[in-house]
Amino acid sequence: MNDKEDIVPSEGAELADQGYSAAAEVGVIKARRTFAQNVWRGLKSAPPTALFGLTVISIYVIFAVFAPLLAPYGEAEIFPMSYAPWSEEFRFGTDQLGRDVMSRLIYGARNTVGIAFVTTLFAFIIGGGLGITAAINNNGWLDNLLSRSVDVLMAIPSLIFALILLSMFGANTLNLIIIIAVLDSTRVFRIARAVSLNVVVMDYVEAARLRGEKMFWILYREILPNIMPPLVAEFGLRFCFVFLTIAALSFLGVGIQPPTADWGSMVRETAGLIQFAEYDFTAAMTPMLPAAAIALLTVAVNFVVDWFLHKSSGLKD
Amino acid sequence: MSEKNSGEKGDILLEMRDIVIDGYSDDRWHEIIKGVDITLRRGEILGLIGESGAGKSTLGLAAMGYARAGCRITSGSIIFDGMDLMKKSAAEKRALRGTRIAYVAQSAAASFNPAHQLIEQTVEATVRRGIKPEAEARADARKLYRDLQLPNPDTIGERYPHQVSGGQLQRVMTAMAMSARPDLIIFDEPTTALDVTTQVEVLASMRRIVEQFNTAAIYITHDLAVVAQMADFIKVLRYGVTIEDAETRKMLSRPEKEYTRSLWSVRSIDKKEQRSDDIILKVDHIDASYTGSAKVLHDVSIEVPRGSTVAIVGESGSGKSTAARAITGLLPPSSGQILFNGKALPPTLKGRSVDQLQKIQMIYQMADTAMNPRHTVRDIISRPLEFYLGLHGRERDDRLMELVEMIELNESFIDRYPGELSGGQKQRICIARALAADPELIICDEVTSALDQIVQKGILELLLRLQREFNLTYIFITHDIATVKAISDQIVVMFQGRVVEQGMKSEILSPPFPEYTELLLSSVPEMDPDWLTELLKARAEGARATN
Amino acid sequence: MHPVIRTILQRLGLGLITLFVVSLILFSSIEFLPGDFGEAVLGQAALPETVAAFRKELGLDLPIHERYFDWLGGILTGDMGNSFSGRGSSGGSDRSRPVIELLAPRLANTLFLASMAAIISVPLALFLGITAALYRNSFYDRAVNALTLTTISFPEFFVAYLLILGLSSFTKIFPSLANISPDAEFWERVYLTALPALTLTLVIVAHMMRMTRAAIINLMASPYIEMADLKGASKSEIILRHALPNAWAPIVTVIAFNLAYLVVGVVVVEVVFVYPGVGQLMVDAVTTRDVPVVQGCAMIFAATYILLNLFADIISIITNPRLLHPR
Repeated sequence: MNDKEDIVPSEGAELADQGYSAAAEVGVIKARRTFAQNVWRGLKSAPPTALFGLTVISIYVIFAVFAPLLAPYGEAEIFPMSYAPWSEEFRFGTDQLGRDVMSRLIYGARNTVGIAFVTTLFAFIIGGGLGITAAINNNGWLDNLLSRSVDVLMAIPSLIFALILLSMFGANTLNLIIIIAVLDSTRVFRIARAVSLNVVVMDYVEAARLRGEKMFWILYREILPNIMPPLVAEFGLRFCFVFLTIAALSFLGVGIQPPTADWGSMVRETAGLIQFAEYDFTAAMTPMLPAAAIALLTVAVNFVVDWFLHKSSGLKD
Repeated sequence: MSEKNSGEKGDILLEMRDIVIDGYSDDRWHEIIKGVDITLRRGEILGLIGESGAGKSTLGLAAMGYARAGCRITSGSIIFDGMDLMKKSAAEKRALRGTRIAYVAQSAAASFNPAHQLIEQTVEATVRRGIKPEAEARADARKLYRDLQLPNPDTIGERYPHQVSGGQLQRVMTAMAMSARPDLIIFDEPTTALDVTTQVEVLASMRRIVEQFNTAAIYITHDLAVVAQMADFIKVLRYGVTIEDAETRKMLSRPEKEYTRSLWSVRSIDKKEQRSDDIILKVDHIDASYTGSAKVLHDVSIEVPRGSTVAIVGESGSGKSTAARAITGLLPPSSGQILFNGKALPPTLKGRSVDQLQKIQMIYQMADTAMNPRHTVRDIISRPLEFYLGLHGRERDDRLMELVEMIELNESFIDRYPGELSGGQKQRICIARALAADPELIICDEVTSALDQIVQKGILELLLRLQREFNLTYIFITHDIATVKAISDQIVVMFQGRVVEQGMKSEILSPPFPEYTELLLSSVPEMDPDWLTELLKARAEGARATN
Repeated sequence: MHPVIRTILQRLGLGLITLFVVSLILFSSIEFLPGDFGEAVLGQAALPETVAAFRKELGLDLPIHERYFDWLGGILTGDMGNSFSGRGSSGGSDRSRPVIELLAPRLANTLFLASMAAIISVPLALFLGITAALYRNSFYDRAVNALTLTTISFPEFFVAYLLILGLSSFTKIFPSLANISPDAEFWERVYLTALPALTLTLVIVAHMMRMTRAAIINLMASPYIEMADLKGASKSEIILRHALPNAWAPIVTVIAFNLAYLVVGVVVVEVVFVYPGVGQLMVDAVTTRDVPVVQGCAMIFAATYILLNLFADIISIITNPRLLHPR
């Protein structure tokens, strides 16, 4: 029953006038690739900013993990000369107590980045878990309770709130992690709830409910796989924010306490050297090094997250 | 459709030759339209039919020389009133839009700026281009509102888009298109989103006004019966090429190509109705409401005999989907009860046993959202097998294969994701998922409404076959009368949360009809080009008789 | 009652409740102080009786609700208690000054700094954001995007020190320390405040520009914008007549959000430049656990933040056509 007089300019058009068959319907079949192949394809199409970001992050991770092997001296090792100029012996000089700046920079990678990472992780576990739970409840009493509480917590700017709580409970590393994690979990809550709500109203979640599936199964098998991309991107953004907040608090003196090597406090400790800029340029650079270290990592993470968001949202910007 | 005075039909207004349009997706350019020709004369209406994704909208927009973001007109010529649009500058093309060629979009609600009054937007193009001064344009707009039979034509223009209903907005959009008296209007699925009873009025208004001003039109739709009312010529598109191109009456009575014939074959299914006294489900005087708001179901009673198909028909707001939610336990009734196999069902989901949940399954309208995009076909169908039937390993996989074959697919589909399937295939997977539970009753909630005609037929035939083989009972919720005629044994008509009538198909579909049923049935377009004209005449006579 | 008025009143009520809850949290900061608080403030040399007297003076032995309302009443009338600093280990409060006396001049300074930053940054950010959105994916857009992405990644102190190095240390254009005396002339103030204001501006502009751009892009993707294009409207007509009336709400939200962010950024900048504002006061008070001062500063910051967000909410409401013209 094929009508050969049909003009068929290109492929697939022979199908155009056939009868109906379910299996022959045209669908778009994605090529099957392994995870590794997908990663490689992704990397090849990445813009230079993202590649730069990934490289920088990798370098930081190496320094953080292998700090004891890479640092020339100990983290709190004191030498008899404070504020020593840059030299062969002390690449970036020594700080106000006579500790080697370079070693402290390297250990700072481990401390500052490590603490920020752990804090972000906590914030995600708390905020993410509560956010998804609130979405499942969807305007029920639990959802309203959580959402209103989060609204109130977010009504106070987080740096100020952190300052208040730190003044109450004292400024040490553990308090810092808990306070920042709790404060930042509010933002994670908001976004986890928002993306989960989009999923929760889908028919396939209702179909799972109708089957009689338990709440945990629905959360784990239906909701979680579908909210991963935005959450992963958010993790990157939250990390940057947490990282900068911890650095700012340490810079103000109420964050990570000495003798732990931390980039924010290092800036504060050596800030006085800036005024000598015209006389000894490298000395003035000493406080700028940890500050630049902070800036560089944040820029790198932002570039990577930006690329990730661009990829996962398609044409939208 | 009225016969036109052939003297009024003028010269060729639009001639599109060998149009090739590309679309950008998945990081590549694909051909959407692969060489299509269109010829349109003044005052003629061309109907463009095709499945969703056939590129009809894109082709319609190309008539203005316009390509959406992500599309490009690669080659071909577009001659509008002697001008080749492919050679014109962007500014010249822009000068034509809104004045000589106008566009009526599918979604009126989204196409109006929420911040401006309707009349302002209606006359905007006319006034900006200096075609009429503002006061005159506004007076003309009010006259157009009257011609289009809008309520309160003198004041409706001062309202804002959100203050006006969907059907009214669609007519205002038509007035907006007409304001500058264009030579050509492109109607892009203008009534698809409307209820069938509203659709009749909108169609009538549109046709009248196009005839009045001798405007040429391209009418894009996937609904054959609708296009039969509006168009002089019909062109069928599939996979970006023209399948058939003929005058309306000829195409309806003597279609040449097999594909064209298959387009309205869904209306050829005709199930013989069966009677039975064995009632599997009884909905007994239930009321229901969503928390804190008004009742959505009032004293609803339905009886469903075993092995039969009961169709619940109604428009939006009738309560048909709500009734389904009450039956499945998602919305507990505030009074009354639901009996399954003689025993009362616990009103809430939580109260029901797994056994009770297993026996009643649901299939949804949008297969896209009914399946988790991260699960493969295997995961989706296997889960009920594991959960309800406790099957694992080899047993489960064998049963999986059986089910896949039952839905007329093959094993190459098992490891695919829903995003890789076509609309019809996705719905078949949903059917398999429902079957996997080994149910007695399946609720089909508008399962074919989102599908194209030809695919609908396949799904309906599958459902009927499965019913015969496994003695399944169906509750089929729909708003499409043609589907109802095809597959139901009994019909329940609902309106605003109440059951208007219930009975055997043959009884319901033959007169005398209660008032609402009359309205509903008569509003469904038929494949007859004269249907609309006859209907309007009959209604006008009816109105005169009662006065 | 018109829905707009009703919604505004609801928002105001919500804002008041939030302020109330915030005050509760701040107040209870006294309650959770660890036991050796008195010692921490008065010093380890303090005698137990002195500490006890101190606690009595703070009224820590009164029932909690009495204390709260005392405190709240005090705040509303401007009496926020006296600073802990200046109390010797004798526990006496002769040299400690009323918190309000410390706060008032610094508040004026901080507002001056914030206003300077806001006046420059808001128009600049709006201009950059809107033009970047309209010329999306052009070279200009991508350059501005990369640049702002970099800037928002910098900690404020880094930007501050860079500016000091560039504009003060080597080029001596501006002073690096902002020593504002209360009777300084207006333009002298501006001169001294220039670097801190510039730092703040750079940070805020980046954030605001990105958010504005995102809001405009989102708006331009609306179907009615395409409809206007299909009706033959020119680009400027589309922007001015169709996009702009709907853009007020998202843009004002962006501005208010960032001005609230300004409140926070002010703290670090004041510390770097030793600018005598509320931020620096608060940081010092936190370090010395000077609770009344911390409470006072925190209330100010919180109230400003809440007010700004409230303002943004109200603007969104009054520009929403659905609320302005109900069915």
